[in-house]
Amino acid sequence: MIREGFLPRDSVIHRLDPRVKMVLVSVFSVLVAISKQFSVLTLALALGLFVTLLARIPLAELIRRLVPVNLFILFLWVFLPFSVEGRPLFSVGPLVGTHAGVLYALQITVKSNAIVAMLITLVASTSILTLGHAMHELRVPQRIVHLFFFTYRYVHVIRREYLRLVSAMKVRGFRAGTNMHTYKSIAHLVGMLLVRSSERAERVQKAMLCRGFRGQLYSLSAFSVKKGDVASTIVMFAFFLVLAILEWTQIA
Amino acid sequence: MIHLKDISFGYPGGISVLDQLNLSLRAGDRTGLMGANGSGKTTLFHIIMGLLKPSAGSIEIFGKPVRAGKDFEEVRQRVGLLFQDADDQLFSPTVLEDVAFGPLNLGKSKEEAKTIAQKTLMSLGLTGFEDRVTHKLSGGEKRLVSLATVLAMEPEVLLLDEPTTGLDQATEKRLIEILKGLDLSYILISHSMDFLMETSQTIMCLRDGKVLLDDQSIPHTHVHVHRHGRYVHRHD
Repeated sequence: MIREGFLPRDSVIHRLDPRVKMVLVSVFSVLVAISKQFSVLTLALALGLFVTLLARIPLAELIRRLVPVNLFILFLWVFLPFSVEGRPLFSVGPLVGTHAGVLYALQITVKSNAIVAMLITLVASTSILTLGHAMHELRVPQRIVHLFFFTYRYVHVIRREYLRLVSAMKVRGFRAGTNMHTYKSIAHLVGMLLVRSSERAERVQKAMLCRGFRGQLYSLSAFSVKKGDVASTIVMFAFFLVLAILEWTQIA
Repeated sequence: MIHLKDISFGYPGGISVLDQLNLSLRAGDRTGLMGANGSGKTTLFHIIMGLLKPSAGSIEIFGKPVRAGKDFEEVRQRVGLLFQDADDQLFSPTVLEDVAFGPLNLGKSKEEAKTIAQKTLMSLGLTGFEDRVTHKLSGGEKRLVSLATVLAMEPEVLLLDEPTTGLDQATEKRLIEILKGLDLSYILISHSMDFLMETSQTIMCLRDGKVLLDDQSIPHTHVHVHRHGRYVHRHD
């Protein structure tokens, strides 16, 4: 679920204009995603971690949020070293791990962690609502902004519905096991959730129509770019430039 | 203000819910509507708002016949519907945004919409709720904020679908006071006789797909409990 508590409420990063943050994070992500040089990637990771420090995100929270990404990467470490051709480095039984394979896996690891650290900072230092409004201001297509808002609003409602159904099953003695009855019951649960969500969506739409909705959502908030925003944009773009030069001139 | 004539409606594959129903609401009317579960009370409201299309019959609202989608746009500005489940009605992240949603749709500017929203919240005693996150409100707060979202559109008629379900006594009392203080006509669906007695002049009943007027006084007895009840006594 979306956890907004347990996070710092104020820092240099929090005070930045959300639009500036979104643009900077996007540029950073693209840049890191297409880079291959280890010097560039390491610098990017260092920058990502430095920014989380600036945003005063507690280490435990950062690690908690990095775990899912790295679980996924763990799978890459199981397969990649053996599936990329190159100079043999080690062998496990009949399988041969290559130099290139290990490097490739390492590259992905550093890349993903750098990008995700940056994204964590963005999300942790900006409320979901502000993010939505910033997306709107940045001319992100209306439909995507709507999807974003409605997901945020109704994920809680659907979760409550799910918990209600689960407790209703439990109080009637349901215990999950490895048998047909469990599979069937879980399937019913998921099906019921789908049906309820769709009915809920219909009712929400009706309620919106009743209040004159014509496909246009308006935002009440206004953002303003301040000195700090300009300064941080300049600093960050200078840094991006260094990364880009390092990457394409292959100095290191 | 609202005239329904010979309205029939049935859900696909089911039996008919409304059968040649007639209903009139005049300016200043405060009407309660009772009826068994599944008797079509909510359906009736949705037909008035143009959310459902009747299979037969005609609707006249504010002196004009309404038939298709376009006609109902005006109806929705002047008739406010309070939904049974407040979670259906409150879809914006914050209270202020939700209350301002209607006025913004009516073409008001950001500033105007904000002012209207704040005024409406104030009139319901909800000052300070502006930045609260809608899904974190309590059940009673959600109901009152939903009412604010409807009232912010400055409707002339209110349709309230079981507004007291899930409310504690204090909030129900607050709602009764609010309704009494409104200068509006309304139709109120409720299963609570006590609530309807407090808030409506007439009580109608939806039965077998038709609306019946129930304004006769019929003497009746109540089963009741009190201390020392075993001794023979009288009540005045």
